[in-house]
Amino acid sequence: MVKKVVVSFPADSASRPLIYELIKKYDIKVSIIKADIDGGRGGKLVLELDSDSDHIRQAVNFMKESGVDVTPLEKKISYDDTKCVSCGACTSACPSGALSISAPDWKLKFQPDKCVVCKLCIVSCPLKLFKIEFAD
Amino acid sequence: MTRSYEEINEKIRKGKAVVLTAEQVSEMARTMSAKEILEKVDVVTTATFGAMCSSGAFLNFGHANPPIRMERIELNGVPVSGGLAAVDTFVGATDCNVQNPTYGGAHIIQDLIDGKEITLEAWGKGTDCYPRKHIKTTISLETINEAILCNPRNAYQNYNVALNTSDRTLYTYMGTLLPHMKNASYSSAGELSPLLNDPECRTIGLGTRIFLAGTQGYVTWNGTQFNCSKPLNENGVPMGNARTIAVMGEMREMSSEFLRGAYFEKYGVTMYVGIGVPIPLLDEDLAHRVSIRNSQIDTFIEDYGHECDLIGKVNYEQLRSGEFEFMGKKIHTAPLSSLYKARKIAAILKEWIEKGQFELTAPVRPMPTGTSLKGLKEI
Repeated sequence: MVKKVVVSFPADSASRPLIYELIKKYDIKVSIIKADIDGGRGGKLVLELDSDSDHIRQAVNFMKESGVDVTPLEKKISYDDTKCVSCGACTSACPSGALSISAPDWKLKFQPDKCVVCKLCIVSCPLKLFKIEFAD
Repeated sequence: MTRSYEEINEKIRKGKAVVLTAEQVSEMARTMSAKEILEKVDVVTTATFGAMCSSGAFLNFGHANPPIRMERIELNGVPVSGGLAAVDTFVGATDCNVQNPTYGGAHIIQDLIDGKEITLEAWGKGTDCYPRKHIKTTISLETINEAILCNPRNAYQNYNVALNTSDRTLYTYMGTLLPHMKNASYSSAGELSPLLNDPECRTIGLGTRIFLAGTQGYVTWNGTQFNCSKPLNENGVPMGNARTIAVMGEMREMSSEFLRGAYFEKYGVTMYVGIGVPIPLLDEDLAHRVSIRNSQIDTFIEDYGHECDLIGKVNYEQLRSGEFEFMGKKIHTAPLSSLYKARKIAAILKEWIEKGQFELTAPVRPMPTGTSLKGLKEI
């Protein structure tokens, strides 16, 4: 299975070879999707962990015992509504109905709770106003 | 009863003209006859805000010292025409650099309107009268001479609805078309659209003053691919892509609220343009024409998955409802042109006319009649 997690670690835990241990000890294929490390003051990683569910569970426990905070990743779509012209091109491609445009005002509406992060809006917006955010 | 342009303009000058948007007059027509509408209303404003690829701008950069005959020109790295004298160019909306295909001519035009500086680099062979061979500098709307928006084909009268019966997703100028007819996209303001409210162009011709991207511009010719031969529905409305207008206006007066550079995935750059056209109610026929409703405007359904076959028809009331039934399937519909913006434009044009800031012009030359489209043969 593949699990995406956000790993936040304080400054004092940053010295441990975390990724090395994940690979070596728990047999996990680790992909670093995003890294935001503030030298000497800890940081945040978005990791994709690929292994069987037991190993992933053990690895997550190991990280937590090592003093880092591990939370499942939630990806979030957002768009710049100040630049949006409400053309509706994104609603055409949106399979979940999170993006919609209709009477009476024909202004673009976005309901994030319906969004399945398929990313079709990112390619469909002619003004390129959509982006994907990693939130924890 | 009939009414002349001069009578309407006299009322506009006195602040007494009755102006409605095409949507308002369509609603009014539910309870009033064309004759009654003609008696009450002087002008109807129409508008559209959609992707119009056949657009562009003429720029004149001014001469450097020593001067250069610019034969190859790039603006922000985008190659533009070097085929106009020494320091003129035409920036086509769809001009782009293949290295960076998401930024093109339309974005340059928008950036200029937004007051941004653009990098100009140009090369010439060097002549006795233009000795310089290369220049690299920055320009903005403040530094250059003319900046004229000049769009050869805008505001299509109706447009085919796009869907895709194939089994793969298509990325087109009609947006993302999902396989197996999962969606359909349309691009017309319907009952608010300019050329659908005067389908024979009785009042729209060379010299018609219009709203263009935030300022007053003009219809300067029939648009390219001007096609009078599309079949009419029972309400006299051409179905599919029919007539078009060519327009011009001063870029310095424009606003990016009504003009945007855009990029359609795997297709390329295009430009969203906002256009508003006033229709003078000269007689009962025009009052009848502007009363048209979405349910009375049909358009063809075009299958982009199979060589752009026309496979059916649908009306704008169905399209606006969010879905329509076709070949036993409910198809999700979505617009590509912004009705939200089009309504803003129609309202602004209405206000300009009511305040006496915008008078109507009779066409200097009417649009052509009897035209049809030629294809392109291979040799």
